[in-house]
Amino acid sequence: MASNNSIKKTLTVAFALCIVCSVVVSTAAVVLRPTQQQNQELDRKSNILQVAELYEPGVDVNERFAEAITARVVDLQNGEYAEDKNAETFNQFEAAKDPAQSRTLSGAEDMAGIGRREDYATVYLVGDPDNPDKIILPVRGQGLWSLMSGYLALKGDGNTVVGLSFYDQGETPGLGGEVDNPDWKALWDGKKIYPEGEMDPAIRLVKGGVGPQTPEAEYKVDALSGATLTSNGVTNLLQFWLSDAGFAEYLARFRDTTQGA
Amino acid sequence: MAAYTPKGVLTTPIFKNNPIALQILGICSALAVTNSMNTSLVMGLAVIAVTAFSSFFVSLIRNHIPSAIRIIVQMTIIASLVIVVDQVLKAYAYEISKQLSVFVGLIITNCIVMGRAEAFAMQNTPVMSFLDGVGNGLGYAVILLIVGFFRELFGSGSVFGMTILQTTSDGGWYVTNGLMLLPPSAFFVIGLIIWALRSLNPEQVEENEFKITTNTKAKEAV
Repeated sequence: MASNNSIKKTLTVAFALCIVCSVVVSTAAVVLRPTQQQNQELDRKSNILQVAELYEPGVDVNERFAEAITARVVDLQNGEYAEDKNAETFNQFEAAKDPAQSRTLSGAEDMAGIGRREDYATVYLVGDPDNPDKIILPVRGQGLWSLMSGYLALKGDGNTVVGLSFYDQGETPGLGGEVDNPDWKALWDGKKIYPEGEMDPAIRLVKGGVGPQTPEAEYKVDALSGATLTSNGVTNLLQFWLSDAGFAEYLARFRDTTQGA
Repeated sequence: MAAYTPKGVLTTPIFKNNPIALQILGICSALAVTNSMNTSLVMGLAVIAVTAFSSFFVSLIRNHIPSAIRIIVQMTIIASLVIVVDQVLKAYAYEISKQLSVFVGLIITNCIVMGRAEAFAMQNTPVMSFLDGVGNGLGYAVILLIVGFFRELFGSGSVFGMTILQTTSDGGWYVTNGLMLLPPSAFFVIGLIIWALRSLNPEQVEENEFKITTNTKAKEAV
């Protein structure tokens, strides 16, 4: 056994083991990645369906998604659809990392704490794409611990909230993690984003509960108890993505069309 | 110690020498993942796979492991297997792997896996070590399933997601016990299991390590 403890043997065993283990681990990661990505994609799609209230247990997510939802790419600069981008292949989250397709946000502007904002974003439309029943916007921003990514579903007027759902967040379970709580998410239904005639988002989370008596209750949602910073994060990310830096330009078109009609 | 038999190493850890109930190992994950039967089952299977294969591989190279770095070698093998299991779960059981979240990764620190590698696999042949790993994994999984059964039944009124007790929120009669869905309830259930097992096998009851002296009565100073 003495030979086992020689320096040469120790180094050889350690090195050989590392090689074998790293090959095994990387093989598993590479071989399984396509399946995992499919799962993530499926999870993202079922999140979109859920936030749009189109999801029922047991439904084929891909099929339902294909028949109910149209994806379009929006130029965040002017709020127009970018017809030259393919919504199937365009990846907004990759674009946010690419300096050529995104811009750095200055401190005051960067309420959501995301650092860079992509020039184009993918939105999902339910029903007729030209006159949608629901509009689903990707939103994300810094909570207390983590970047929270989710979807905000609006009615066709671009102002009434249908739901807000986060598919990726790492907030404290039981406190900030309650952003996933269905009871809390139900509070969002019917809330309004913009006050009459303005495009400056008024929606926010407030402490102490929101009842029918609360002034401007339609712009307020009860904050998460014990999770002030997560709640602030949710307010900030909504304020950011619904402001001019986000989707305000794009949403304005729905107000024009629906008010005119 | 008596020679090990394949049947013996496979079955004794299930009730006679259960890693959770007798050795009180691996409690933390048993508390965290047992609020439903599905997660308990998948976690149990993951631990069986990791314990069995880590014991097998450790045993396979046991004659070449320098004793100075043997813990690191064992850890590396265990950690690699845990990552593989985690990747497989993410690919084929995505929903459950999201619920288990960090706890699959934390199998690395599960004392059962490390304990079997160090205590058994370092001295025994690969096949026996593999069976020992399966046995101990089973012992863990059995307790997880029992705890999961009671927690899901009383906490959500269902077993494997199928409704057994119609809950009031679904218009039934059963008022769910919220405590059962929280980790502390697993302590109670595991405690009751240990009590039951030790009543059946009195030899599992440990001697007191020390005697608590009775309170002395205050005496008047003379």
